[in-house]
Amino acid sequence: MSDAAIRRPLEPAKIFIELAATALIVAALSITLVGFHVKDVPGGFDVVTRFWDVLAAVVIAVVGRGWLIGLREGVPFPVAVTATPIAGILLLALISDWLFGGTLSETLRPILPFNSSVVQWLVAGIAAMFAAVGVTRAARERSAKSVEASEKFDDDAADFMDKVAAGAQRYTAWIGAGLLVVAVVLPFLPFMNLSTLDIAVLVLTYVMLGWGLNIVVGLAGLLDLGYVAFYAVGAYSFALLASPDSPVLQMMGIKEGVSFWLALPFAGMMAALAGIILGFPVLRLRGDYLAIVTLGFGEMIRVTLLNFYSLTRGPDGISKIPPPGILGYSTQPVMDNDTLENTTEFHTWIGREFDQYDNTILLYYVILVMALLTNWFTLRIRKLPVGRAWEALREDEIASRSLGINPTNTKLTAFALGAMFGGFAGSFFATRQTFVSPESFTFIESAVILAIVVLGGFGSQIGVVVASFLLIGMPELFRELQDFRMLFFGAAMVLIMLWRPSGLLARREPTIRLKDPPARGIRRERIKTREGDAPTTDAQSGDDLATGDRRP
Amino acid sequence: MEFQFAYFVDQLINGVTLGSIYGLIAIGYTMVYGIIGMINFAHGEIFMIGTFLTVIFFMLIIGTITFFPLAVLIVLLMSVLLTSVYGWTLERVAYRPLRGSPRLAALITAIGMSIFLQNYVQLLQGARNKPLTGILEGKDDILRVKYDLINTLNAAGQPYLVTISNLQLLIIILTVVVMVVFSQIISRTALGRSQRACEQDRSMAALLGINVDKTISMTFVMGAALAAVASLMFMMHVSTTDFFVGFLIGVKAFTAAVLGGIGSMPGAMLGGMIIGLVETFFGAYFNQEYKDVATFTLLVLVLIFRPTGILGKPDIEKV
Repeated sequence: MSDAAIRRPLEPAKIFIELAATALIVAALSITLVGFHVKDVPGGFDVVTRFWDVLAAVVIAVVGRGWLIGLREGVPFPVAVTATPIAGILLLALISDWLFGGTLSETLRPILPFNSSVVQWLVAGIAAMFAAVGVTRAARERSAKSVEASEKFDDDAADFMDKVAAGAQRYTAWIGAGLLVVAVVLPFLPFMNLSTLDIAVLVLTYVMLGWGLNIVVGLAGLLDLGYVAFYAVGAYSFALLASPDSPVLQMMGIKEGVSFWLALPFAGMMAALAGIILGFPVLRLRGDYLAIVTLGFGEMIRVTLLNFYSLTRGPDGISKIPPPGILGYSTQPVMDNDTLENTTEFHTWIGREFDQYDNTILLYYVILVMALLTNWFTLRIRKLPVGRAWEALREDEIASRSLGINPTNTKLTAFALGAMFGGFAGSFFATRQTFVSPESFTFIESAVILAIVVLGGFGSQIGVVVASFLLIGMPELFRELQDFRMLFFGAAMVLIMLWRPSGLLARREPTIRLKDPPARGIRRERIKTREGDAPTTDAQSGDDLATGDRRP
Repeated sequence: MEFQFAYFVDQLINGVTLGSIYGLIAIGYTMVYGIIGMINFAHGEIFMIGTFLTVIFFMLIIGTITFFPLAVLIVLLMSVLLTSVYGWTLERVAYRPLRGSPRLAALITAIGMSIFLQNYVQLLQGARNKPLTGILEGKDDILRVKYDLINTLNAAGQPYLVTISNLQLLIIILTVVVMVVFSQIISRTALGRSQRACEQDRSMAALLGINVDKTISMTFVMGAALAAVASLMFMMHVSTTDFFVGFLIGVKAFTAAVLGGIGSMPGAMLGGMIIGLVETFFGAYFNQEYKDVATFTLLVLVLIFRPTGILGKPDIEKV
C-alpha cells in the first residue's frame, strides 16, 4: 500500500488517544465479566475477583494496539525490537514448561496471569506473529531498493489468497482428483487410527451437508438458516424405520427394522417432502425474511421432536439404530439375545475378527460415496435447465420471471433437493451414532453448515471441503482445547469472514455465459479497484444476497 | 363466566409484561436492520450479557445499598452503560470492516460473534444457572407487593385472585417511559435525524456531511442500551439466566421485529406485545410445550399474507 511507503509524520497525541481509548474500552468490557466471577457456593453465591486478569487484558490490548499502529504507520522497527524479546520470553517459558514439565510460566504469572495454558499460548503466539511481521517488514525496509519494490511485495502478499482462489478455480479438476485419491486411500494410511478416522467420517458428513446446502444457498441463492430441520427429519425417519426401539415399529408389532439401504431413499424422500411443505408457503419471501422463517422452522421441528413423546420418545431419543449392513450381513457382533437371530455377521463370513476400525472404514466409504454423489449431482444439475434457472434466479429474479421462469416452483425444486441430501446425511448420522435425540439438531448445527458454505465461498465445491476441514476437522483434532473449542470456532468464523468477505475460495460465476469470460482482464480490473468500496468483480453482481446495500 | 374473564385478565397482564421485554429487544433488531439492512444476530447475546451484568452488579452492591429502588437504579445505569460498550465493540469489530461486503458475510460474522460471546461468558462465569433470587435473598420484597384486581372463584370453587404486582407495573411503566424517550430521540435530536437520513440513503447522507460510521455505532449503542433495560426487567421477572438464554429470546424478539414490520420502532413494540400475548395465551389455553411453535406459525402466516409486517412500509422492488 502506498501510505506505508510515503512516511507521514507520526502524531503522538493521536496515537496516545487511540491507545487510551483501547485501554478504556477493554477495561469496560472486562471489568465485570472477567473481574468478578459470581460463583455458586453451598448456600448462596460468592464473588471471586480477578483484577489481575483485567489488568493483563488491558495491558495486552494496549501493547497489541500499539504494535498494530506501528505497523500501520510504517514504523516496523520499534515493533520488531519490542515484540521479539517479549514473544521470545513467553514462548521459551511455555515451551520449556511443556517439554520439561517445569513451572516457568508460573513465575511469569505477573505478566501472563491468565490461569489457562491455552490463553497463555494464544498471547505468546500473537506476540510471535507481531514479532515476525515486524522483523520482516523492518528487514525489507532496509534492503528494499526502491519504494516500488516494497509496495509490490505488499500487494503480492495481499493478493496471495486471490491467487490461491484463482488457482483453485483453474485446476479444480486436478485438485478434485488429488483430493479424491487421498480420500480413497485415507483409511489405509499408516498414521490413521480409530479416532482420526472417526474425525474423517465427521468431516465428510459436514462436507456432504455443505454440498447439499450449497444447492440451496450457493446455486439458488436462498438463505436457509434451518437446514438442520431436514437433517433431523432424515435422521428420525431412518431411526423410526430401522430401530427395534422405534415406537412406530413397536406399535405395528414388527421386531426387526428395515436395513439402512432400504430406509435411506425413504428418509431422503421424507426430508424432501418436509422441504416442499415448508418451501411452498415461504419461498416467495425474500432474503432475510426467508432466513428467519427457516430458522423458525428448524426450531419448530426440534420442539416437536422434543414434545411428541409417543412418536419420537422426546428427550430420551431413539437408540439401537443398526449400522449399515453389507449384502444382508450384519456388521455388528450378533448378541445371543438379539432380535436379529437369522443374521450372519459379515466379519465371520469373510473370516476376520471383529474390529471397530473395519466398521469405521465401512462408514467412511459409505459417507464418501454419498458425499461424492451429492457433488456429482450438483455438478450435473447445474447444466440442466432447472440448474440454469436456479442460477438465473439467483442473479436476477425479475429478469428471470420476465423470461418465463416460475420463481416459486424453481426455488421449490432447489429447496426440496437440498433437503433431500440433508435427509440422506441425517440417516447416515443416525446409523453412525446408533442413537438420535433432539439435542443433536439445534440451531448451532444449521449455523455451522451455513458457515461452511459461506466460508468456503458460495458455489465453490472445493471451498466446502476446505471449510469443513477448517471448521470441523481442526477443532476435533485439537480436542485438548476442550472448553475453548467453541470460543475459537466463533472467533474463526468472524476472522475468516473479515479476512475474505466473499469466502475462502470465492467463485460465483454462472456456469454458462454467452461469451467466453475475459478472465484475465477482469482480474486486472479487480486488482486495480481493490482499494475502492464498490465491488467490481464478476463474482458480485447485484442481487439481493450478495450486495451489502439494499435496493432503493 | 366471571372466572373465565378473570383468567383472561390474568394472562393479559402476564402477556403484556413479557411482551414489553420482547418489544424492547426487538427495537434493537429493528433499528439496526433499518439502518444497515442486516440481521444483528448477536443482539440476543448482548441481551444475555446484560443479564449477567445485572447479576454481577446486584451481587456487588446489594450488601451496601439497602434502599432497594436505589440499588435497582444504580444497577440499571451501570448495566446500560457497560452493555452499550459491548454493543459498540460488536459493531466496531465484526460489522464495520464488512461494510459493502456481501450481505451474507455480515450474517456469518454475526453468528460467529454470537457463538463467541456465548462461550466467552460460559468460560468466565461458568455454565450453571445464575438465579437472581438467590442473590437478592428477599430484599426485593417491595417488587412482590401485589394489588388485587379481581377476586372470584375458579371452576373447582376455590378462590381465584387476579393481581398485579409492583414488578409488573414497573416493567410496563418503564417500557412506556423508555419508548417515549427513544421516540423523542429519533424524532427530535440531531442524532435521530442522522439515523433517519442514513436509513433512507446512506451514501446521500454521507454526501450531506453526516458521519455515517458514527451514526451506525450510535444505533448499536442504543440497541444495546435497550437490551440492557430489557435484561434487568427479565432478571427481575424470570430471575434466572445462563449463557444460552440470549438465543431463543433473541430469535423471538427478531420475530417480533419482523412481525411488526422491520425498520419501524412502534412496529417492533407492537410485534413484541403480540408475540408476548400469543405465547402467553397459547400456553394458557392450549399447550404450554408448543407455544414457540405457535409463535413461529404466526410469523409465517403474517409473512405470507402481509410480507412487510403489520406496520412496515411496502418494499417496492425496482429493476
